[in-house]
Amino acid sequence: MPEVTLIDAINLALARALADDPNVVVFGEDVGVNGGVFRATAGLQQRFGIERVFDTPLSELLISGLCIGMAAQGLRPIGEIQFMGFLYPCIDHLVNHASRLRNRTQGRLSCPMVLRTPHGAGIRAPEHHSEAAEAMLAHIPGLRVVMPSAPERAYGLLLGAIRDPDPVVFLEPTRIYRAVKGQVEDTGEALPLDVAFVVRDGRDVTLISWGAMVKDTVAAADELSADGIDAEVIDLATLKPYDEDTVLASVSKTGRCVIIHEAARTGGFGAEIAALIAERALSSLLAPVIRVTGYDTILPLPRLEQHYMPSVARIVVAARKACEFG
Amino acid sequence: MVGEELSLVAQFEVRRRAYIAADGTVVADLPSFASDRDLLVSLYRAMMLTRTFDLRAVSLQRTGRLGTYAVSLGQEAVATGVASAMREEDVLLPSYRDNGALLWRGVAMENILLFWGGDERGNNWSGPIQDFPFCIPVGSQVPQAAGVAYAFKYRKEARVAVCIFGDGATSKGDVWEAMNFAGVWKLPVVFVVNNNQWAISVPLKLQTGSQTLAQKAIAAGFPGEQVDGNDVIAVRAASEAAIAAAREGNGPRLIEAVTYRLGDHTTADDAARYRSPEEVQARWKEEPIVRLRSYLVSRAGWSKAEEEQVVSECEQRVTAAIERYLAAGSRPPQTMFDHLYAELPRAYARQRKEIED
Repeated sequence: MPEVTLIDAINLALARALADDPNVVVFGEDVGVNGGVFRATAGLQQRFGIERVFDTPLSELLISGLCIGMAAQGLRPIGEIQFMGFLYPCIDHLVNHASRLRNRTQGRLSCPMVLRTPHGAGIRAPEHHSEAAEAMLAHIPGLRVVMPSAPERAYGLLLGAIRDPDPVVFLEPTRIYRAVKGQVEDTGEALPLDVAFVVRDGRDVTLISWGAMVKDTVAAADELSADGIDAEVIDLATLKPYDEDTVLASVSKTGRCVIIHEAARTGGFGAEIAALIAERALSSLLAPVIRVTGYDTILPLPRLEQHYMPSVARIVVAARKACEFG
Repeated sequence: MVGEELSLVAQFEVRRRAYIAADGTVVADLPSFASDRDLLVSLYRAMMLTRTFDLRAVSLQRTGRLGTYAVSLGQEAVATGVASAMREEDVLLPSYRDNGALLWRGVAMENILLFWGGDERGNNWSGPIQDFPFCIPVGSQVPQAAGVAYAFKYRKEARVAVCIFGDGATSKGDVWEAMNFAGVWKLPVVFVVNNNQWAISVPLKLQTGSQTLAQKAIAAGFPGEQVDGNDVIAVRAASEAAIAAAREGNGPRLIEAVTYRLGDHTTADDAARYRSPEEVQARWKEEPIVRLRSYLVSRAGWSKAEEEQVVSECEQRVTAAIERYLAAGSRPPQTMFDHLYAELPRAYARQRKEIED
């Protein structure tokens, strides 16, 4: 099985979707000849033609609106927003239209679209390029929000998103586009969008994360095992709707939970998971749920961004604290 | 002319189309369809039906049997003229004020009432099943129209997306972003501005410094035309020409239909707060229904009996629709989950059960 990077896995899935379904079209800024600023769409216009893989004007709001019109007409549009900080003009279209077209027409029209965008900090990018706004999106009823953390799951999750009959925002962890490799066979098999992945089994504490932070979380689990702490790591993968069952089963087993995300703490998606655990697994808890997150500050420019994001060390400290409680 | 050292690189013009003046007299050579009396009568009947429907909807709202409602009083020629030029297989993306266009396209009146009466089932009509529902966030349906048109072009279908929006919408980035893209790709889409002079309380002069709204098309690379929006023959003729051009692969067109909002913005608005009764009174002299009637009377032998028949037919149809609307029961609360996703995720099935319990 070939070893590929996460960005290669994205490219493979896009190519597979384009090859399998003539309704699939891919577009965004610089996705054509240039193959995308991260090369997610490299070679696709050459292979599938300019009607199916095309550059839009510099117009993010338009990209989301186009997706909705195309999807309502039965195409399977995949729009790319170049960086998450440029996704905000699309919010109107995601909230007011994409997520509710099915409901507001009671099923007469629907919106099977995917909006892809890089997510997160850590590549020393300029201001506005490193946003982690997943909680904002996960608050929108009718939408799905998916974020892979490894090439092997990126391929299947993206195919799952493209084939899903409802709108999906697909967040791609920029920091590990090329920093992780995995075995991906181009089988065309999709992964389900409502299942979290237990990427490491453990008894003592549950570490829950998603996207690029999963890599650091697994590194923290390795460090903890040297201390004799056996951590279970869950890659949530789909934030909306998320797999409550896997979270609750793990916390019921371990009794301790640390949630790790790089987005700001207040109103972050970790708060949702902590609330779920408090509502439905309180009696299993042996320690308070701890969040390791970005701070409630503006995401700093690259000189300080490493201090903002949860580090392996911060995750380890939090997990030890959870294990030492009580 | 600017300084002589500068050379002229581009030159544009915007033309206006009008056939029937406010008093019903003919001011330009009529398009050929205007000799079809039956067609003119059907346009007249459609405008009358729209107005009858609007007025009855307002009285339902005033008596607590309908929610906030957006009347199209005075703008019936825009909705009717545009929709009458479309083919069944074309797709309409209306604003919230385009009842007349949906009625012409075959949407049942009780559906429209059900929507404004607070029930999503109203948008699930069996008429033109690919037409979009009313769009309330102003102008946001316009980029979607470009997407619909892209799908037509991609599949090599001879269909056209028709999008109606107001003068206020032309101030939004949505409209520009959509027109710009449609111009690049020469998409089969017709943009129609219902320029009724008012965006709630903000007059056109505070909306734009542009001499016309039609000229906004020029920057996007396709023609824009201004039309007398109170002259249904002119609106239909402009729409026919624009839709035909789009269908033939000649790219988008913009039509600015100049009319006037004789009513309040919605039933929740009181336009007397921001405009004078004299202004509105003067505009009543230009309204589209009286205008076409004057023309029909003077040029097509329109009789009093025919007039009475149209009026009573419209009343009867609206009355029957209102009865069907009022008879529609409400739906069980847990049905709010029914069309959230194609298949309800496990996590939300639990929430639906909270309602059932």
